Amino acid sequence: MIVGERKPFSEIMSMVEDFSKILIVGCGSCVTICMAGGEEEVTILGSQLRLAFQKNKKDVEVEEAMALRQCDDEYMNEPALIEKVKKADIVISMACGVGVQHANAFFNRIVQDKPIKVIPGLNTTFMGANLDVGIWEERCVGCGDCVLEKTGGICPITRCAKSLLNGPCGGSSNGKCEINKDTECAWHLIVERLEALGELDRIKPVEMYKDWRSSHDGGPRKIIREDMRI
Amino acid sequence: MKEFEPKIIAFCCHYCALAAADVAGKMGLQYAPNIRIIRVLCTGKVEIPHLLKALESGADGVVVIGCKFGECYFREGNFRSAKKLERAQSLIQEAGLEPERLLFDFVPGPGAKKFADILNGMTEKVRSLGPNPSVN
Repeated sequence: MIVGERKPFSEIMSMVEDFSKILIVGCGSCVTICMAGGEEEVTILGSQLRLAFQKNKKDVEVEEAMALRQCDDEYMNEPALIEKVKKADIVISMACGVGVQHANAFFNRIVQDKPIKVIPGLNTTFMGANLDVGIWEERCVGCGDCVLEKTGGICPITRCAKSLLNGPCGGSSNGKCEINKDTECAWHLIVERLEALGELDRIKPVEMYKDWRSSHDGGPRKIIREDMRI
Repeated sequence: MKEFEPKIIAFCCHYCALAAADVAGKMGLQYAPNIRIIRVLCTGKVEIPHLLKALESGADGVVVIGCKFGECYFREGNFRSAKKLERAQSLIQEAGLEPERLLFDFVPGPGAKKFADILNGMTEKVRSLGPNPSVN
């Protein structure tokens, strides 16, 4: 999932303090699961803003809403949501960076009579897995050319600090990476896993340099599935 | 000028704090009349939005009273509640309110005296803080 973290309250406040009608829109997908931008977090931010504005005797309306998925038109086109957006001076999107941008484009396409200002309530941190309650760790950088079949299902691009394709390096010690004692050496894990699978021979051939053109390079990447287009 | 009388919401665990309230009643123990008790099955179910909404809706302070650590009927509800309360304290501090307006404490089932002490202590604490600045 895409993992995010709420921006500090002071930063959010500095973005909205000059507006009098604020709408907070949560996202019901990844950021709900990682407890950063779902219904509960929208309620919390709403309460915090109202408490702060009321304390400073500022008459500001703070509304709350949810969209099931802010990165998809299909889940954004809800009349109740659009009505709230029309009434707002500023929209805080609690989605990931994808959701914020999509909400920005969508609301400005649907609402014609005024421009809608959409700002982020979260910092989008990474694509990761939920390791335990309250712990998430990065697992994929979206390089566009997956090598997991060669590395026992452990990604060296994401999890090795140097993104090495031929590891481990000399900084691996007792299974840990030299950058941090709490960071596992991805190549140590890869060797262990391939050994258990009886596939250690897989890492004998030297892997040539990676073709990074499939990664983030030359503008946004795009996929068009012609079989789904009419 | 009339002395400020704080409004305090007390989320009380059914298995300990509420039993303590009962015993306090039977013993004729007096505690501050400023308290509005809300019974919960476990303090672990008191979520951060409940605490913030209570302050938003006019409470001057909120206290959550659960079982002693290690004695929760649902094993870990009170640990969860204490952690949530800590986070809620930092959230209200960010909004400009005093974190002392929120309190987590525990009582054993028959601990009527401690129950009354917690509520009296909280009432005095909030009285010294003054009215909730986001309401009054």
